[in-house]
Amino acid sequence: MAVTTKATELGMHTEQLAGRTQQRFFRPEEEQRFTYPQAFEVDFKKRAEFDAAALTPSEVNLKLRELMRQGFGSIVLKNPGAKHSLAVGILNRLNLTIEGSLGYFGCGLIDGPNIRIKGRVGWSCAENMLAGTVVIEKNAGSTFGAAMRGGDLVCKGDVGARIGIDMKGGTIIVGGRAGAFCGFMMQRGRMVILGDAGKNLGDSMYDGTIYVGGKIAGLGVDAVPAEMTDLDVQWLERKLKLYGLAAPRGAKNMQKISAGRQLWNYDNLEPAEKKLIL
Amino acid sequence: MLKSLKHRGPDSTGYALYGKPHGKELVIRFKVAEQDEMSKGFAIHRQVKERRSEVERRLTELGAKITEEAEATEYAFRLRIAYDGDRRRLADYIEDVDGAEILSIGHGLELIKDLGDADRVAEQYSLRGFVGTHAIGHTRMATESDVDIRSAHPYWAYPFADVAVVHNGQLTNYWNGRRALERRGHRFVSNCDSELIAVYLADRMAQGATLEQAMKSSIEELDGVFTYLVATADSLGMAKDVMAAKPMVLYESDRFIALASEEVAIRSVFPHEIDTFDPYEGEVRVWRN
Repeated sequence: MAVTTKATELGMHTEQLAGRTQQRFFRPEEEQRFTYPQAFEVDFKKRAEFDAAALTPSEVNLKLRELMRQGFGSIVLKNPGAKHSLAVGILNRLNLTIEGSLGYFGCGLIDGPNIRIKGRVGWSCAENMLAGTVVIEKNAGSTFGAAMRGGDLVCKGDVGARIGIDMKGGTIIVGGRAGAFCGFMMQRGRMVILGDAGKNLGDSMYDGTIYVGGKIAGLGVDAVPAEMTDLDVQWLERKLKLYGLAAPRGAKNMQKISAGRQLWNYDNLEPAEKKLIL
Repeated sequence: MLKSLKHRGPDSTGYALYGKPHGKELVIRFKVAEQDEMSKGFAIHRQVKERRSEVERRLTELGAKITEEAEATEYAFRLRIAYDGDRRRLADYIEDVDGAEILSIGHGLELIKDLGDADRVAEQYSLRGFVGTHAIGHTRMATESDVDIRSAHPYWAYPFADVAVVHNGQLTNYWNGRRALERRGHRFVSNCDSELIAVYLADRMAQGATLEQAMKSSIEELDGVFTYLVATADSLGMAKDVMAAKPMVLYESDRFIALASEEVAIRSVFPHEIDTFDPYEGEVRVWRN
């Protein structure tokens, strides 16, 4: 009962889906075994660095894989030069530091690594991210964290439009402002925008929660204001502190947006969400 | 910058370069054949010479004095002229010559475009030594019109001096907009929606609007998804549609403005660490020289 109450307050749901896919892959007790058979055994104390200036995106990604195969758990990638599709498809534990900026589709389809980017990222950073953390020190382009399923995706600067579009889980945190159509068709997860949000925020969102610290230019269809609870404030303060961020006017003064649920609605808790409330 | 964007499309490359004006003299860039025509038969080489002569004869007939001339390629030419008559009449009369198409007329603007990637076109037209204040450029992958010079970007706003546009996107009210402008006497050389933006902006400015006002009204009146850059003799502007559906990265410092569809282009000229960002939906920015 307590679980149900907390889940409801946090905008989650506990209804069990009948689909076999959900039952098979998202049982909490199975979570610890979510490692890939081809994942490399890496040692975080084993450090490597390389220069990407003269390498193609494929060569950079192959180099990362080769270093992980050799057991390097901490890698520094220098001079990425805003090339596209760097650091994608990493299904491994890894501490990756990128000294520079990425182009389109950086860090897409990752499951597990902790990535820190000291520059800016272009469109579609961390698209389909499954787990891990990606922290960007500067700005980010549009479709940031599109269709992400889990993990923390943090941009300390401003981001473009349509962030978290089709988001299915995880947390997106934006230190600055965000453009239009953020959270479009959001299905689960949390989005925290500490600055202003553009128009059509949360348009057609099915579920999930959006917190905004600044002004909202306009809400989209079926996105409605919701009441901030103590649990929301606690969660926000804890989460933001992890990344050295804070709401400009305090977490309790943030606006909370959730789905009006007049559109199609489905629900189930993901493992990470269950862990949070248990 | 354009070289680093070759992956976006190697079909054609265009440059709108703004050099130092020579008083009131105008620079005309024009071609009298498409590149691929030059390999079709022996007659074309003679025809090209005849067409060029006819253009020059007509310029003289209208009272223009040619002060400088250069053959950029066998089929594309650059003339500097002293002319203070009706620019539309001059442009119409030249384009009446079979195969002739004016790429640009301007005091500072020189528009060069041809088939191939940035390296090839820059080499072909000896652009590496060009000195100027600002420029816009485009690499094109043909999607909805032919691979030819006529369909390459940038577009000059015929017959207005010094206005050029590059555009990424699709205008969905192109034909309505084009017909409205044609009814006002404007002509289009291509069926490319990007040309509409150039003519639209120039038309608004001819009616008294500032560049920024014209661009802001374009956000309201042009339908579809688009990000475009516009340049005039003394200004550079960018506009993004209300959906922000097409990318644009901006770097702004006290000395330089650099914009591109992809950051990799900006990094090719500013390899050191700089701060860049995406302009937002419906945003219009204009920088004056």
